[in-house]
Amino acid sequence: MQIVVNGDVLDVVDSCTIAVILEKFEIGIERVAVEVNQDIVPKVQYNTHQLSPGDKVEIVQFVGGG
Amino acid sequence: MSIPNDKLVIAGREFNSRLMVGTGKYADFHQMVKAIEVSGAEIITVAVRRVNVSDRSKESLLDHIDLKKYTLLPNTAGCYTADDAIRTCRLAREAGLSDFVKLEVLGDEKTLFPDNEELLKAAKVLVKEGFTVLPYCSDDVILCRKLEDMGCAAVMPLGAPIGSGLGIRNPYNIRIILENIKVPVIVDAGVGSASDAAIAMELGCAGVLMNTAIAGAQDPIAMAEAMKLAVIAGRLSYKAGRIPRKLYANASSPLDGIIG
Repeated sequence: MQIVVNGDVLDVVDSCTIAVILEKFEIGIERVAVEVNQDIVPKVQYNTHQLSPGDKVEIVQFVGGG
Repeated sequence: MSIPNDKLVIAGREFNSRLMVGTGKYADFHQMVKAIEVSGAEIITVAVRRVNVSDRSKESLLDHIDLKKYTLLPNTAGCYTADDAIRTCRLAREAGLSDFVKLEVLGDEKTLFPDNEELLKAAKVLVKEGFTVLPYCSDDVILCRKLEDMGCAAVMPLGAPIGSGLGIRNPYNIRIILENIKVPVIVDAGVGSASDAAIAMELGCAGVLMNTAIAGAQDPIAMAEAMKLAVIAGRLSYKAGRIPRKLYANASSPLDGIIG
């Protein structure tokens, strides 16, 4: 299925979870936050929250800023 | 180096330093770390942005920040609507270790002045959700009063546009805010020189927040030290009670015993 991750379209398996996406991009779960369709997904649900076709995922972190 | 018995208190948390600094615009992480250390700041702002999923080689900001030493103040920079700012704050809280947020809701790209209407909307929601909200706002006492009344932990009126270095453009507005607002008043944005920071503190501000003034200086490390000292000097000067301004002279030496 196709989902959108940080603005880019991505092809993933149908049973894809957030944990799978993070692992695919080698992103550690500490110090990031994830939103799916503008709702925050708590870290405890990364392994269980199943993504659906067309889901818009945002993975953010802290960067330098004023 | 700090003034004894003069801690800055925000939402019940005590801080020794009244200078807060940003983490943006530095040449590299090494310079950023050194500047923050020299500045003596304890509260540092950070931005919330997408992880670069395609390029994982870049180092991460938090690899360089000792989270035991610093309190992170995530900002909502780049947000032009209350909804975006609220989303960003929720993400920041999820990613981070505190519920302190620097709430910015911008009105336009050229001035980066706040959209006060959207700011108030966002502040209301965020305070209700238990965030400790420090709003970047216009230097307008009516607005500051509304932000204070709805439960913001401080107000952060701008001195001048972000990154402009124009200093405290309207010290009279800041004074009016200080006379009417009980939560900490922290000048945020526009500081360019150490004297600007000292002026803000001499007016009676609780603190000063700056980024470009240090990171954009020709020698950021030296400027970080200058700012640290300026904030302390300005605070000491304020507490010491300055002399009044007079139109005419008032001799410092006695009139008696002048030779004839």
